[in-house]
Amino acid sequence: MNSDKYFDIEGIAKLARINLDVKEGQKLRSDLTQIVNYVKQLGELKLDGIEPTAHATEVNNIFREDIAEESFSRGKMLSNAPELVDDNLVAVPKVISDDEEAF
Amino acid sequence: MAVKNNSTLKELSLLLSFGEESSVSICSHFISKIENLNSSISAILEFDRARIMKAAEESDMRRKIGKVLSPYDGIPIAVKDNICVEGERCSCASKILRDFVSPYDATVIKKMKNAGLIPLGRTNMDEFAMGSSCENSAFMKTVNPWDRNVVPGGSSGGSAAAVAASLAPAALGSDTGGSIRQPAAFCGVVGLKPSYGKISRYGLVAFASSLDQIGPITNSVSDARILMDIISGHDEMDSTSLDLKNANFAGNNAEGINFSLKGKRIGIPSECIDIEGLDGTVRKSVIRAAEIFKDLGAEIKTVSLPHWKYSVSSYYVIATAEASANLARFDGIRYGLRKKAADLIGMYSSTREEGFGEEVKRRILLGTFVLSSGYYDAYYLRAQKARTLIRQDYKKAFADCDVILSPVTPTPAFKFGSKTSPLQMYLSDIFTISVNLAGNCAINVPAEKCSETGLPVSIQLTADFNNEALLLGTAEIFEKNRPEENFSLP
Repeated sequence: MNSDKYFDIEGIAKLARINLDVKEGQKLRSDLTQIVNYVKQLGELKLDGIEPTAHATEVNNIFREDIAEESFSRGKMLSNAPELVDDNLVAVPKVISDDEEAF
Repeated sequence: MAVKNNSTLKELSLLLSFGEESSVSICSHFISKIENLNSSISAILEFDRARIMKAAEESDMRRKIGKVLSPYDGIPIAVKDNICVEGERCSCASKILRDFVSPYDATVIKKMKNAGLIPLGRTNMDEFAMGSSCENSAFMKTVNPWDRNVVPGGSSGGSAAAVAASLAPAALGSDTGGSIRQPAAFCGVVGLKPSYGKISRYGLVAFASSLDQIGPITNSVSDARILMDIISGHDEMDSTSLDLKNANFAGNNAEGINFSLKGKRIGIPSECIDIEGLDGTVRKSVIRAAEIFKDLGAEIKTVSLPHWKYSVSSYYVIATAEASANLARFDGIRYGLRKKAADLIGMYSSTREEGFGEEVKRRILLGTFVLSSGYYDAYYLRAQKARTLIRQDYKKAFADCDVILSPVTPTPAFKFGSKTSPLQMYLSDIFTISVNLAGNCAINVPAEKCSETGLPVSIQLTADFNNEALLLGTAEIFEKNRPEENFSLP
């Protein structure tokens, strides 16, 4: 496995929704290559028949009764929003592009 | 008697009950310490004097009419900047949350307030708890109060430095891979990473949910027990928190009284001592601690954690994978920073570019990579299976011994800028992260001072899952008998 080859930093940054400038991208590619090369030691382990651990304790879904309860007020929950419409809705940039609207 | 440097919660509680100090006088004391010293140490990001003094007056009023909420009513506690305190900023030392104001109290804060404890300022940290030196804070550089040229450790470096420099009598931190124990060790104070599930994570900004745990940073082991008793317990807002009915809690147990090391088995993992790069004082601290335990009647055994050397790899795959998912919520929509852009994806991407620092970006990208199609099995799944082996190693070791003794860090606190690559920094977490992967509890106790530099060195004690009683009992006996008695700053 050659990590340089598949370390498509631009592609990963796109998936992670982070813009990177060229210099930052180069630095992170080099750091991540080094880290990934190190964690490849996991390849030495014989792991047949070993169950993966997702959590430190045995956790199962815990259900509660489906009863409506008091929660936070709308104003409180909107108080950190960067932009509001009519003081009671979160403003978001246009989600559907002009091209798609044509359909 | 008055408030002195490194006063314990126990001592402050006595001063309050004898009427020698009031909550107002104690809080004023710590506020003036912050005002005098924080400009040089930079442990505290922000504190709200008016709010603290109002809470102190209310506490004194309760004491006057004999209605204290606990023996610790009126004592201020510093809080790491990733734990929500209603009406105060919670920024995780990140630009993306610079102006976020918590709409509610984290469960630990609610429990603290129910016991009369007063949140005293937000402590600096590595951004989103990602780091081992506090150098990743977007806002300030916390220094180690023992030597301003060395790091305080991280990520809870502000909390540890605040307690060491007596800016606060105790603090809350969070520990995902050592972020309580390592800074506490570097600053010569006590740090406890409770078993996973012991303390509610509701209101703790998530980094890696299967590893994160809130815990105390204190001047003594008994103070750690006091805070544990106050903040632990099942919470319906966090379904991973343990149900108290079956829990063996820190202070409320028979073993806490007349605890003895006679017949207890202390295990030293051979893998943790024979490693390259282990500092001489660190090695000596473990050997001398073993002799002390032996003199006190314990049996010293060698145990083995054969998969321990894979813990850094397993951890940095699992923790970054979880972080990449947890930090997806910072998208500029409902809260936090928003950067304008032509379209929605552009807005997400430029908000995250500007809002996150380099280490956070690195970990999100690594996490995105190990979860991406084609690499999931090779990295993420293997890391989770390695985690199973590491957990099994601990289970086997705890069949042979009661408490594991090891170093907590490979070296004492290092100089700023001395870790030249991220990987080097990650490898400095080698002794702490396996405990998070296994879900066990562990504590650092200051033990020695470096002969050349005078920097404090701690040992680490680890006990099996949900065995805080045994852990704290053992740690307390060591604290009473350790080679170096005084860990107050010169």
